[in-house]
Amino acid sequence: MRRHLIACFAAVFASHAAWADDMRMAVTTSFENSGLADVLLPEIKTDLDLDVQLLVVGTGQALRLGEAGDVDAILVHSRAAEEAFVNDGYGTHRREIMYNDFVVIGPQEDPADVAQAATITAAMTAIADTRAAFVSRGDDSGTHKAELKLWSEAGLDPAAFGGWYRSVGAGMGAALNTASGMNAYIIADRASWLNFGNPGDLALLFSGDPALFNQYAYIPVNPARHAHVRNDAAMRLEAWLTGDRARALIDGYAINGQTLFVFNATPE
Amino acid sequence: MNDIGEGIVAALGLLVTLDPDLIDISLRSLQVSLSALVIACAIAIPFGTFLAVQRFRFRRTVISVLNALMGLPPVVVGLVVYLLLSRSGPFGVLGLLFTPTAMIIAQVVIITPLIASITHQAMRDLWAEYHDLLISLNTTKVQRVGTLMWDGRRTLLTAALAGFGRAIGEVGAIMIVGGNIDNVTRVLTTAIALETGKGDFALALGLGFVLIMLALLVNFAIHGLSGTEREGRW
Repeated sequence: MRRHLIACFAAVFASHAAWADDMRMAVTTSFENSGLADVLLPEIKTDLDLDVQLLVVGTGQALRLGEAGDVDAILVHSRAAEEAFVNDGYGTHRREIMYNDFVVIGPQEDPADVAQAATITAAMTAIADTRAAFVSRGDDSGTHKAELKLWSEAGLDPAAFGGWYRSVGAGMGAALNTASGMNAYIIADRASWLNFGNPGDLALLFSGDPALFNQYAYIPVNPARHAHVRNDAAMRLEAWLTGDRARALIDGYAINGQTLFVFNATPE
Repeated sequence: MNDIGEGIVAALGLLVTLDPDLIDISLRSLQVSLSALVIACAIAIPFGTFLAVQRFRFRRTVISVLNALMGLPPVVVGLVVYLLLSRSGPFGVLGLLFTPTAMIIAQVVIITPLIASITHQAMRDLWAEYHDLLISLNTTKVQRVGTLMWDGRRTLLTAALAGFGRAIGEVGAIMIVGGNIDNVTRVLTTAIALETGKGDFALALGLGFVLIMLALLVNFAIHGLSGTEREGRW
């Protein structure tokens, strides 16, 4: 009986081991929600014969997955956290791939007059001064960290905000749904906003400040720490992501005529 | 209200065109939840029946714990299974995280107490009825458990269907241990969560209707095969 059970389990495991070339990459919700993944993955499959399995999580969780060795590479956007990840030896190196930008979304009536603000700092201060409803991701994601950085640059501390500051602890799409329901301001990445299907009365109010620059970087998980990670596949993927094929696809990806990402990987 | 209408239209569209992604996702949902159901039943039904038949020292404690575990929060089960299966966890070497097997394990943990508890409740009443007969026939423990399970099979069906219902509609645990990877671990409930996140309520609702239909079909199929509720029987 026991022998049969072991044989059964062995069969189950073997079926997983038999999968050809595949690797797991943790990416941020903003990357997946932008729709760019649907463009890149089939091309990667064709060019490299590599199945990239995406785990769509916040940057915080993506880094945790990398630390535990549960993924082979991560593609995230939070520079300080990424550099700490590499310095602690969890990743081999950090390679910049592309950037997009954050935008301020809010109700069309715009009670805080964000659309008229000269800088993002002025816009954030205006929202805090009017005490207009604001939805925060609150999930330790790259977008959340960027939002916290914007508050601190404006000399404000979200911990001291009142009930108008609502931390929802959810992904980009879910947070946008919440903002749409409450007609609140929110910081989102442009790609997720353009792809969002339930805008309600919300509109893009402010963008273009250099402080809203959002750099995506690719980090292969260190095989010295986790011997099982598919570093060969991760390196092949990096070569592809920084190559001309990826440049054409990333720069060419547009929604409603708006380009979403700018490729900025430099050859080694 | 408009969204609900669009959801129905989306569901019909998906069904009429036999969307290959939808079929793939639905089959995976069935595969995961039915596998979990079979394994959970194999553990829970004999165990629940045994609890009804056997008297031992901590029986009442075991039954109370079992009843409490019926309300086990799936998201906690998911987190614990995740930590166990993670490459840095005790079972990391098996490489099971983010595979359908991991999802089956999580669902087995969630539904086994539920099935065992319902089984125990039903078998307790049946045992009161059969007690004298089975004792006087000088049956062994195994024979008693076997007889109760066979004669109580209709109630056990209810227990199994309750377990299936909880498994197929569950999202918290499988989202964590499966990771909602396209073509690998994406099932109906996690796809619904994903589409809701994208703000595509029509498609999310459409998938929701498909999920409900799937649950109905499985229930009808099991009832049809086992011949319950037929004329002249109950």
